[in-house]
Formats: sequence, C-alpha cells, structure tokens
Amino acid sequence: MAPLSWYIALSASLFVIGLYGVLSRRNVLIVLMCLELMLSAVNINLVAFSFFLSHLGGQIFAIFVITVTAAEVAVALAIVIAYVRHKGSLKIDEISIMNG
Amino acid sequence: MERAFFLLFASIAVASACGVVLLKNPVHGAVSLMACFIQIAALYILLHSPFLAAVQLFVYVGAIMVLFIFVIMMLEIRQATLERFLPGSKYIALVFSVVLGSAMLWLLFSSPLLSQIPPPTPSATQGSVSELGHALFTQYLLPFEVVSIVLLVALVGAIFMTHKGDG
Repeated sequence: MAPLSWYIALSASLFVIGLYGVLSRRNVLIVLMCLELMLSAVNINLVAFSFFLSHLGGQIFAIFVITVTAAEVAVALAIVIAYVRHKGSLKIDEISIMNG
Repeated sequence: MERAFFLLFASIAVASACGVVLLKNPVHGAVSLMACFIQIAALYILLHSPFLAAVQLFVYVGAIMVLFIFVIMMLEIRQATLERFLPGSKYIALVFSVVLGSAMLWLLFSSPLLSQIPPPTPSATQGSVSELGHALFTQYLLPFEVVSIVLLVALVGAIFMTHKGDG
C-alpha cells in the first residue's frame, strides 16, 4: 500500500493549490471553490492518519468537517446571492461595504 | 498495485485542482473541482473508509457542487470572468504559496517521526460502517448533536438572507 507520507504530500499540495486560488482569484465563487479544495485536502490528512494509526477519531472528525462545510457553503452562497442582488458585482476586491 | 492506483488518483486530483485555480470560466472550474472530489473519494476507498467515500460523493459532488453550479447559472458572470486574477497580487500569492508548500514538504520528508508509525494491520472490522456508527452515536454523541444544530441554523440563515423583501 501507499505509505503515509504520500498521502500527506498529496494533501499538502492540494492545500497549497487551493491557497493560491483563494489569494489570487478575483471571482468570489471561485474563491469559495478553492476554499472547498483546501478543506478537502485537510480531510485527506485526517482519514490517512485514521487509517495508519487504526483509530476512528480521524474519520469521525472528517465527517464533521464535511457537515460544517456543507453549512458554510449554504451560508456563503446565500451571502453572495444577497450581495449580487444588492450591488451587482462578483469581484472580490470590490466587496468592501463592511469597510466603513 | 495499490501504489499505482494512488499515483493515478493523486495525479488526476492535482491536475484538476490546478484546473480549478487556472480556468477562466467558473462552470469549467466547478466541473474540474467535481473531478477532484471524485478522485479524493477514490483515495478514501484506498484508505479502507468506504462510508466516507460515499459521504464525499453525496455531499460534495451531489449537493455542494450542484449548489455552486446552480448559483453560477443564476448569477450574471460575464463581467467577472474578464479578469481572472486580482490586480497586483498574483505573483506575491504565487511566491507565498510555493514557499509554504515547499516548507511543508521539507518538514514532512525530513521528519523522523513519520518512519516510526508502523504499517497498519488491516483487520476485517477496521473502518467498517457499523464500527463507525457505534463510535458516532456513543463516544461522539454530543458533537453529533451540535453539528445538527449548526446545520439547522445554517439552513434558517441561508433562507433568511436570500429572502426577498423586508425579511
């Protein structure tokens, strides 16, 4: 079977790719998608350690992460829809109405 | 054999993740992210966690990505796709991500702790759904209930925020 370090390396690379997307993309929907990618990368880590250490806690934690991600996406997309209806823009550098 | 499958799934996952970051059209990005999630579900099966693989497919590919594509189709996206990256921060973000990634990989492969973990001994019941359900409903019952309340609050909040009118 594949060693643990391979899984962690894959998880780290997916996390970094998602981080680059979050930091550099302009469309707020793509920023949200890259955030999903980062959370999924963390989940790979949890499940890999759960398997290699023969402990179920990692899998249970991954289930909770998936659930909270679903809630987060629902709220975030609701905010995006409300914002676009209000201002008509999806560019993340123009979303600054909380800035005073 | 398992290593070959791991390399196959991992390479497709990394390639489609790069697609999410680099593709111009958000719909293409969403489909690319779907492909990445399916590869991750396959990796969960390699890790002997079939329940998590099913949850990954149902929740991520079935619910979250469909929600994303629905919102993308609902909103007018043409003006946002003209310019992919934030002005000015593209190369700074790239340098930052590359430095962070290489630091993580260097720490990973130089760590002496990793080789101390013995290879797992796969038993028949390890990672089975019944064992997982038993742990979820006994030892982790309180977080389970808290998460259900979080979902309920998110549902009410999403409906409230997208509700047109004086709310």
